Parts: sequence; C-alpha cells; structure tokens
Amino acid sequence: MRNWYMMALVGKDRPGIVAEVTEALFAAGGVLGEASMMRLGSNFTIMMMVEIEGDEKQLCEALQPVTERLELHLHLDSIDPGLHQHQIPDLRVLVYGADRPGIVAQVTGALAESGFDITDLDSQVGGDSEKPIYVLMIEGVASAGVEVTHQALEPLSESVDFRVEEIETLIG
Amino acid sequence: MEILTYPDAHLKQQCAPVETFDNELRQFVTELEAFMRTQPGGIGIAAPQVGRAERVCIIDLTGMTRGKKKRPVPNQGRLILLNPEITEWDGYELGREGCMSVPDYTGNVIRATRINFTADDAFGKQHEYTSEGFEARAIQHEVDHLDGLLFLDRLVSRRTDLFQRK
Ligand SMILES: [Zn+2]
Repeated sequence: MRNWYMMALVGKDRPGIVAEVTEALFAAGGVLGEASMMRLGSNFTIMMMVEIEGDEKQLCEALQPVTERLELHLHLDSIDPGLHQHQIPDLRVLVYGADRPGIVAQVTGALAESGFDITDLDSQVGGDSEKPIYVLMIEGVASAGVEVTHQALEPLSESVDFRVEEIETLIG
Repeated sequence: MEILTYPDAHLKQQCAPVETFDNELRQFVTELEAFMRTQPGGIGIAAPQVGRAERVCIIDLTGMTRGKKKRPVPNQGRLILLNPEITEWDGYELGREGCMSVPDYTGNVIRATRINFTADDAFGKQHEYTSEGFEARAIQHEVDHLDGLLFLDRLVSRRTDLFQRK
C-alpha cells in the first residue's frame, strides 16, 4: 500500500544533502510531492512530502544510510497529501526591526486576530551580532483587506517598521 | 474551444503572423473573445491557448478591480491585438501571475511597468498603443504566448527581494 508522509530532516549544512536524500528516496521507489528546503542559521532543513510503497519503518530504513552518514535528524508524519489545492495569497506583510523576543508572536497574533491566514512566512536574523535585526516576510490570505491588516499592526509601530501591500494575481 | 494546458506542445511554439484578414479570421476572433469571457478571470487570452498557432490575442481589463475596495484597474477597454509587437519597455515591477494554461500554480514574474506597442486590428490596419500597470502586464503575458513562452519561463524566486512599486 502506498502512503504519504511529511518528512522533516535537519542537520548541519554541507554540500550534497538534497542530492543524497532524494537519490535514496528515488532508489526506494519514493515519489516526492511539494517541498521547502532552506538553510536556517548553519543548519540545513528539509520539509518534504514523500509517497512510498510501505510504512514509516520502511521509509526510515531506506533513508538510514544517508541520515547516518550526513548526521541528519529525521521525523515523519503520516499525511493526507492535499495536492492541487493551492491558496493564492492576496496580501504581503514585511516587518523588520531591532531583534527582541516576541516580535513574531505579536505580529502573527495581530494578524490572526484580523483574520489573516498565513500561507508563507520566512524570517532572518541579520545585522551584526551585537545589534541583530529581525526581518519577517509574510504572505497570506487576508479576509479583511489591506487597511484592516495595517490597523491591526499599528500598535506595534513603536518597536518595528512594517509594510502591508496587496498581491494582485493576473491570470492570463 | 478548449484551453490547452502545459505540457501541450502547442503552447511552446512560435506562432505565425496573421497575413490574411478575412471573415474566417474575424469569426475566430469573435469566438475567441466569447470563449475568453466564459473563463474564470477572463481578462486575456492568446490563440495558441486554444490550439491556433497564429499571432492573435485579446485583452480586456474593464471588469477587473483591485483589493477589497474594488478599485478599477486603469485600462483602455477591449483590445484585439493581431501581430502585436512591443517596441518599448520602461521600468519594471514584480507581480504574481497565473495562467489558464497552467492550472493551480502562481508565481512571481518581473514585467515592464510601461510599454509601447503596435498591433493590427481585425481588418489589417496597424495601430500604436501605450499601456501601463496591470494592463501592460497582461499584454506582456499574452504576447509571450505568441512566442511560445509561458510565465513559467520568467519565474523568479518567491523570496525575490523586490517589492511591487505603486
Ligand atoms: Zn497565459
């Protein structure tokens, strides 16, 4: 029986991780769905949908030589693939400021309250190590529109800079 | 008519110029426009999307609005463009595009903000146009179809650090 899993893999970044992992999955008869992979700090992270003939144990076994050699931590969850159901984001929010605890919680809390559904978020810590800055890029579906989202974030404007803009999608 | 979807090879071929401006052509243009209006979005279509490899496209942003406040998008009404040639490009901006021929996928594409172009009408008379903003984006998207290009050919990373200009 074929099953879908969400596979999370984390390890110290080095060249060749993606190639070796996907080769092992291919050799095991695996099929890949959507994936998001990126370097966070000095770690490489993989979130990937995998369909395989077999169960979790067989998937772990197929990956074991690679995860051992590359010292990757593996986590698997059984999922419903839900492919071909993309949501089109209609709003983008950029937030940046001096890094401090609570930025993400406050920003996303305010967004959630205004009815904003996040489809994509990525954040980076930049600046130098004495004066780090935090940059947060969020896309999502805003049920209430740009002004309401802007107002929802306004109380945070003392400590962060932010911009809210519509994403208009042309279907041609 | 029906929309061809990628990877149909018809979508990746260079289309031939319109040379005969006859009733058959005008009939096709009428049908293409009617068909465009039955499609979701329905703001633009190019002949190769229905399997005709000829330089014909139609754009109409009249009914389109922006944002929750439904602001109209500046446009010059219905444009039937035969043998369109973009002659000048000015500025650039990032925008999100999808395509009837590429279902369930949208992505970021950089397009010129303002263009000048020429095109023949359904009787073979050439006209000059200027267009900007969303309408210019739609025209660039449709003209690309006539050259066998999809917005997939122009995708940039979703993390591209280039914000839309107002
Ligand atoms: Zn298209």
